Amino acid sequence: MHVRLDVNGHDYDLTLDPRVTLLDALREYIGLTGTKKGCDRGQCGACTVLVNDRRINSCLALAAAHEGDRIRTIEGLAGATTLHPVQSAFIGHDGFQCGYCTPGQICSAIGMLDEARGDTISAVTTDVRRRGPAELTDAEIRERMSGNLCRCGAYVGIVAAVREASKRGT
Amino acid sequence: MTMRAFDYMRAERVDDAIAALGNPNTRCLAGGTNLLDLMKGYVEQPTRLVDITHLPLRDIETLPDGGLRIGALVSNTDLANDRNVRERYPLLAQALVSGASPQLRNMASVGGNLLQRTRCHYFTDVGFDACNKRKPGSGCAAREGSNRIHAILGASDQCIAVHPSDMCVALAALDAVVEAQSRSGMRRIPMREFHRLPGTTPERDTELRGDELIVAVTLPASRFADHSRYLKVRDRASYEFALVSVAAALEMDRDRVRDVRIALGGVAQKPWRALRAEQVLVGRALDDAALAAAASAATEGARPYRDNAFKVTLAQRAVARALREASAA
Repeated sequence: MHVRLDVNGHDYDLTLDPRVTLLDALREYIGLTGTKKGCDRGQCGACTVLVNDRRINSCLALAAAHEGDRIRTIEGLAGATTLHPVQSAFIGHDGFQCGYCTPGQICSAIGMLDEARGDTISAVTTDVRRRGPAELTDAEIRERMSGNLCRCGAYVGIVAAVREASKRGT
Repeated sequence: MTMRAFDYMRAERVDDAIAALGNPNTRCLAGGTNLLDLMKGYVEQPTRLVDITHLPLRDIETLPDGGLRIGALVSNTDLANDRNVRERYPLLAQALVSGASPQLRNMASVGGNLLQRTRCHYFTDVGFDACNKRKPGSGCAAREGSNRIHAILGASDQCIAVHPSDMCVALAALDAVVEAQSRSGMRRIPMREFHRLPGTTPERDTELRGDELIVAVTLPASRFADHSRYLKVRDRASYEFALVSVAAALEMDRDRVRDVRIALGGVAQKPWRALRAEQVLVGRALDDAALAAAASAATEGARPYRDNAFKVTLAQRAVARALREASAA
């Protein structure tokens, strides 16, 4: 079938089997291999991308179902000469070791910071009736980033990077 | 990882989606978080997917009687953060954010969550031959196998799997009603009847017929907003299914219980309403004796298997703690 995807502001016209996931469309058909395939079953978060500014697992999405959506991947975050502030924060705080989970972590963090600004709760929010932007304590950051696993265990650096990015107001 | 080939069809109107249903090999695609996972494991092998994500079922509206009507395609994230849900049904908001991961909640729909399938290892892995739910008549490998995560209530010789959802446990406690539409009209199915116990037909998880589409869930006017608690006990602090969970909701008359709802997750193939425990508490103060009586009533008839006897005690303690925390909320 024919599918047109809007990825990082570019339209891509693809001919795909309906079975092709958004993740495989990005990597194998468009050539954007920054988005990583970890478990391919929605458990590790390595494939996280932003769809209409929301973070999702691209391994559990069909490419055909995302025609008309705005898709952003790790390749679409930096400016021409400057990194996205969350990318800089990950470098500044050693938020990775091998780097395989990093594109997913960074896309997830960008989606998470956006959610937190918008009056959202998590499983560690004590008063769900409270109004206003979430207070991003370390416990909140860890819970809200729990969909991204890091096999190297770089969580201390990841939390520090996200904390700094949240204060910079990215 | 791949899947069996299927035809993909995008439905633009509710009627088009309903017209496409009825064939046992057709599935609706909403968030896809459970369905595509099962398709990759060849547990589900539909020949046609009807993409319903573009149907206009994303509204949350207040009903004239003070209740709430939630469209079937509202995402788990949007429902958990909805101002009305957080103010009037905090129990539901808590249950939602305790399930899955943020990415999955952004994708997953209310209707899909209602139809989540069990995470029994023997069901999700086709390498195991014996699973009556996946292959009727093939047996139940879990009964004699590794059954730490399995049911202690309402199971049968044919299946001891548990229902995986957190949202549904809160909906059961809140007396929600599922609205299912088909060519013959709209059917309203109370949550207590929506999910089935396995009995001799474990392959059927719910009362939803193949020609029906879930279009909404309704909640009656809130009476429990001030005293409720969703408590989830699991092996990891986050991003893990419940070993036991409890949705407790109280309506207090000073220090006495006027009305109460208790539902348990992780113990049965459906959200388990602890009706006897509710009866035990009405009219009483929530002292230690009342909590102990309710906890013990909640697990009446429990029948554990080789690896999950701990769930009986865990469920009792979780019921008592959830009630105590709900009353203090």
